[in-house]
Amino acid sequence: MGEEDIIEVRDLEHAFNGFVAVRGISFNVRRGEIFSFLGPNGAGKSTTINILTTLLPLQAGTVRVAGHDVAREPGRVREAIGIVFQDDVLDRDLTVWETMEFHGRLYSIPRDERKKRIDEMLRVVELDAKRNERTKNLSGGMKRRLQIARGLLTRPEVLFLDEPTQGLDPQTRMRMWDYIRGVNAAGTTVFMTTHYMEEADMLSDRISIIDHGEIIVSGTPEELKNTLGEDVVYLETGDDRKAREALGGIGEIRSVTKSPRGLSITISTDGSRCLPQIVDAVHGAGIAIRSINLKKPTMDDVFVYYTGRELRDTGV
Amino acid sequence: MSTTAWEFLTIYRREMIRFVRFRTQLFTSLLQPALWMAFFGVAMSSNFNQFTSAIPVPAGVVPVDYLTFMAAGVIAMTTLFTSLFGGISLLFDKNWGLMREMLASPMPRTHIMMGVSLSGITKSFIQVGVIMVFGALLGVRFFSGFSAARLALAVLGIFAFVGVFSLGFLLFSSALSMRLESPEGLQGVITLLTLPIFFVSNALYPVQAFPPLLETLSLYNPLTHLVNGIRYFALGDDFFAVGAHYAYTTADVFVSFAYLAVFAAVMYLLARWTFQRAVVT
Repeated sequence: MGEEDIIEVRDLEHAFNGFVAVRGISFNVRRGEIFSFLGPNGAGKSTTINILTTLLPLQAGTVRVAGHDVAREPGRVREAIGIVFQDDVLDRDLTVWETMEFHGRLYSIPRDERKKRIDEMLRVVELDAKRNERTKNLSGGMKRRLQIARGLLTRPEVLFLDEPTQGLDPQTRMRMWDYIRGVNAAGTTVFMTTHYMEEADMLSDRISIIDHGEIIVSGTPEELKNTLGEDVVYLETGDDRKAREALGGIGEIRSVTKSPRGLSITISTDGSRCLPQIVDAVHGAGIAIRSINLKKPTMDDVFVYYTGRELRDTGV
Repeated sequence: MSTTAWEFLTIYRREMIRFVRFRTQLFTSLLQPALWMAFFGVAMSSNFNQFTSAIPVPAGVVPVDYLTFMAAGVIAMTTLFTSLFGGISLLFDKNWGLMREMLASPMPRTHIMMGVSLSGITKSFIQVGVIMVFGALLGVRFFSGFSAARLALAVLGIFAFVGVFSLGFLLFSSALSMRLESPEGLQGVITLLTLPIFFVSNALYPVQAFPPLLETLSLYNPLTHLVNGIRYFALGDDFFAVGAHYAYTTADVFVSFAYLAVFAAVMYLLARWTFQRAVVT
């Protein structure tokens, strides 16, 4: 553990009535980065974020956030973090201003400072025109922005974002990404959970893929995509099982996995040079090719490669 | 940035904003005790006054009519209902995820229950004020013949009793809300509790005529002690009502207040224990 690590998690384990939700995970988050937990619903992301934010008691392992142990000094951890919850956790009948005011008072920010910061944060998330609006009248994107402003009001060292763009339309989502990048550029470390591949890919400095309570792989988005080799070929045939056998002889093929629409084949060299060999081998075995497609790897491929299933199919 | 001792005022403020903003809640909470007085009170008093008019009043004791007698009970009952339901906003906070914001903040958890309780006490005070004013219009004769100084003392005394009683039940309600999952569950438990607490008490009738077991039970009922306190301050230490002679010594009233204070202290410990162990995600 280095001094630049703002979150240090060692052998974290958590069970609910015998069901093990998190199985001995370890990871570090460096000061100043955007770190993502990527995984399907039920993978253990929320459990982990709840322990890191002191909402769930620590059962096993050690967790330090901003230099403080979550079990021994939860109060110090709470002072150092900001949280944007998964759902729109806003009091419907308070106004935008009252929502911020309530939060500032919870953290004992002195009156003048509180007023100054609320003004400033509402400007940052472009909600100052809505300050007297009750939160129930805000759009989904505005609600999420208000939550970000609230999470940042206390000037936290780490901002926790639990599924920050879930349920938002694509345009609003891209704006949220801009806000998150802006927050990070201003010096706040961001710990984020998401089940959107492109979100993790676009925003993160580093990603851990989590599934069934375990971290399957960690790295920068580039590293993760590179571990899959250079390219991926998607192949749909008349008989995927036989086609898979026929591909066995090609040395450049690193792996063949079943995807919902056919086979996805990762290739360790340049895919366009390997393509003719794949076509020959499958045709040679007397199997019809319905479609063939060559792509650079995406985070979806990374997920399928490491977990053996597609994230989107796990249901949202 | 460190916590002060005053964060519970933050919770209090929010509860009061909600109270004023939910017009229906505000309106019904003020109307309900007035309706009790107007219908139950007036109907029962015409009956009771008929039954008890035949009972001779001992010499030198002030007779009190039924409406005036039961007005103290209506104050107590309203305080009981409002306080038992006072914790319900915590249950909504919990179910709507709003509780997490408070639990993840550095504010000590005891401030959540104290803020909610303080707002509940305020609501009870407002209701008690409304009942006293509305009661006076209907013919309730509280504080009759009191000097200005004695009147001020009596009102303060009533509010002190209402405050400490209310605190105990609000803390109980808060603890219950933290443990239960649904508002329906809370409603069920509260309904179950209000019946014995209300009827095994001296709110509407004298306990002297109860069977011995019920009479003993009523002496352990916090509501009985609240009603004692209110009657002492509103009607004096020696009066006659519903065929029974009431005489309170200063010691009696002190014991009643102490009983309610102990009740509130026990409920504080229960609520604190519940809040410290509560996990809400």
